[in-house]
Amino acid sequence: MSKEDYTGIWVYAEQEKGVLSKTVFELLAKSADLKKKLGGRDEITAVVLGKSVSGLCGELFSYGAEKVIVAENDNLAEYSPRPYAKVLTALAEKYKPSIFLLPASAQGRDVAPRVMCNLRTGLTADAIDLDVDGEGVFVQTTPNFGGNILSHICIKERRPQMVTVHPKVFSPNEPVPGAAGKVITEKVEVEADDCYTVTDVTPRVFEGKPISDCDVLVAGGRGIKDEGDLRMLSELAQLLGGELACARPLADCGWLPHEKQIGQSGTTVKPRFILNTAISGSVQYQAGMHDANCIMSINHTAGAPIWDVSHYGAVADYTKLVPALIAEIKRRKSGNG
Amino acid sequence: MKILVFVKQVPDTDDVKLDPRTGNLMRDGVESVINPLDANGVEAALELKEKYGGTVTAISMGPPQADDVLKKALAMGCDESVLLSDRALGGADTLATGYPLAKAAEKIGGYDLLICGRHAVDAETAQTGPIIAAFLGIPQVTLVDSVSIDGEYAVCRRVLPDRFETVRVKMPALITVCSEMNTPRYPTPINIMKALKKPRYVWNSRDINCDPEMIGAAGSPSSNKEIFEPPKRNTDTRYFTGEIEEMASAIADTLEAEKLI
Repeated sequence: MSKEDYTGIWVYAEQEKGVLSKTVFELLAKSADLKKKLGGRDEITAVVLGKSVSGLCGELFSYGAEKVIVAENDNLAEYSPRPYAKVLTALAEKYKPSIFLLPASAQGRDVAPRVMCNLRTGLTADAIDLDVDGEGVFVQTTPNFGGNILSHICIKERRPQMVTVHPKVFSPNEPVPGAAGKVITEKVEVEADDCYTVTDVTPRVFEGKPISDCDVLVAGGRGIKDEGDLRMLSELAQLLGGELACARPLADCGWLPHEKQIGQSGTTVKPRFILNTAISGSVQYQAGMHDANCIMSINHTAGAPIWDVSHYGAVADYTKLVPALIAEIKRRKSGNG
Repeated sequence: MKILVFVKQVPDTDDVKLDPRTGNLMRDGVESVINPLDANGVEAALELKEKYGGTVTAISMGPPQADDVLKKALAMGCDESVLLSDRALGGADTLATGYPLAKAAEKIGGYDLLICGRHAVDAETAQTGPIIAAFLGIPQVTLVDSVSIDGEYAVCRRVLPDRFETVRVKMPALITVCSEMNTPRYPTPINIMKALKKPRYVWNSRDINCDPEMIGAAGSPSSNKEIFEPPKRNTDTRYFTGEIEEMASAIADTLEAEKLI
């Protein structure tokens, strides 16, 4: 079996309760671009697994799928890693796609490594760009070391070339109503995984507004030396009518929950104003906030990358400047200014 | 209960730079530490051991100096450590990393629960755990923030973006844990001393019966074409200067102009 025997671009049409992940549409749009760069011969196929999911085909065609493979089985009604991985493996072995894109979502990142392991191929994680180089090789860009370094990764010989792709790095195409294509219905046999049972599902209730909805954010980063210092950042956020957020190191060490994390591995935000406190400004972080209207930063390092995206800045020790700023704002608010 | 916990050595910084001459990573002066999320994994393993009894084996793969993170795991309270160290294992991608780790678990045998951090903070692939589980043919539960044991089952809570899921998984199983799960303990001086007396095994790829074609750079389907520093954005920054009070006042002026106060 040589790599030339594998053709086409697959997009894993992740769905939950009959609703497709928006990232699927982004991947379909990018697939059209890759198809063009690869010479136009690769067919774009969406692969959807579930219980009764054939009704999703129309939506997949309207966003750019040329073919849809539907694998339905009662045991696929809810996502479960081993049955889903088994079916995706069998389908990939049967149809032999050259490229296999999946959303870098909780589900995509759960199932993809098992499929790649079954297929003994490569899987690039959480790509932020996809391209075809001058020699016709499919290349993925991924962030490393907090995004300060980027890598170009390729999967030279093994197929399919699997990639999970970060949500929102590509834009979906405008849907074309009434678009149609070929539907292949696969009768799959798969057992339920009796070793893995979801016994309870509880919706998460979040404290405060989601940071993606906030007009004003005060964010702390690696340079915050003491968990207690978050109280003054929180106070400052309140004075400005905003919420507290953070860069990845504070979420990694558990000082703030993951949903408060700005950046590529967290949430992309676009507030009216953001104050970055003791944040060096890795590329992953910048990618999560550089569209803010007004960016102000406090950092004690004059050469930090955060200055590349800051409209306003103070090279200072936050433990001194933030309390002084809080006092000054309070003074002005109380009318003594 | 027999618990295996996988730990990775990572640079203690987000601020990694490339050598402009060679294009390689500059590692001089950058300390290596245990991947923070793997420390959460060690803590989870130790708490389970304290509650349900058993042993905890810490496993890592890397050059001889990766033994430092295993010493840390032992000082936290793990019972023994295994370092997979072999030039033939170098240059591995995620598949060629998960494979020898799974082979090491196979050699140890008799395990009930395998624990990994949800991802490593250097490359953030979050793949190694599921790959180990796939090679061993055992179920996985990712993104776990609490776990208890009920007979043959581990009862895990998964943290998903919009919900919590409770998963009852039959052991042997592998879980990947979130930072919210716990606060890793600090090794006490006495435990650091004790750690040096615990069994520390070093195995090469033959000790764990690796297929030579499945390890190292040769066994890695994916390869790094190049690494590079991302292009810089260039925003004109207006800097506030002077004494702290002067800066605070100038910032407050700006905030007023932006109608934030």
